Amino acid sequence: MPAPLTVLYFAWLRERVGVAEETVSPPNSVATVADLIEYLANLDQRHAAAFRDRKSVRCAVNQEFADASAILRPGDEVGFFPPVTGG
Amino acid sequence: MATISVRTEDFDVAAEIARLTSGRTDIGGLGCFIGVVRDDKTHEPSAHGLRALTLEHYPAMTMRAIGRITDEAERRWGLLGCTVIHRVGRMLPGENIVLVLTASAHRQAALDATAFLIDWLKTKAPFWKREEFQSGEGVWVEARDADDTAAARW
Repeated sequence: MPAPLTVLYFAWLRERVGVAEETVSPPNSVATVADLIEYLANLDQRHAAAFRDRKSVRCAVNQEFADASAILRPGDEVGFFPPVTGG
Repeated sequence: MATISVRTEDFDVAAEIARLTSGRTDIGGLGCFIGVVRDDKTHEPSAHGLRALTLEHYPAMTMRAIGRITDEAERRWGLLGCTVIHRVGRMLPGENIVLVLTASAHRQAALDATAFLIDWLKTKAPFWKREEFQSGEGVWVEARDADDTAAARW
């Protein structure tokens, strides 16, 4: 995974990370959403706080809901957010 | 084809019904659900009152997610028309949040499709609510298991 990914955060994940969007270039070993979460959670304290409660984190890849096993490709847009509460 | 809108402005229910039914004589029933900002004083952090509710969403994803839900409703219940309006931004208690309108030949399809649409919007569309209380405290609303249960019955 040498090419960059766009990562978006919503609701309390955005508040904890401190930005709504960032571009990251994880190492090649990051292949799935689960790998990316592990990578991000180890970046710094803010990311660690955002991903501390992983059961409460949901994900979308290229604007489609995705689970932790989803494979990432260069240039993907990955959104992280809590379970939705609209309606 | 459903009419879908995600916006900050309120909606006019009568105008939306008129838009849905204009020029048609094949509609036999309309279903309508309106979600409203509620000040639930039995809810612990809200004991001193809810000041406002702020809805955040994932703009690039929202329209597609709602479109998928309305496509499913139109297919399953053979709807003659469907409108979903979901507001985002800051809203005060008593204000409208969401409108679901369905049109069908007979009542059961309109009533069932309306319930399906709001149940699925609550669990499959990327919106998040943040409550702001009179105390100044703010909390993100947590997803409720009951909403998943309601969506699962469809």
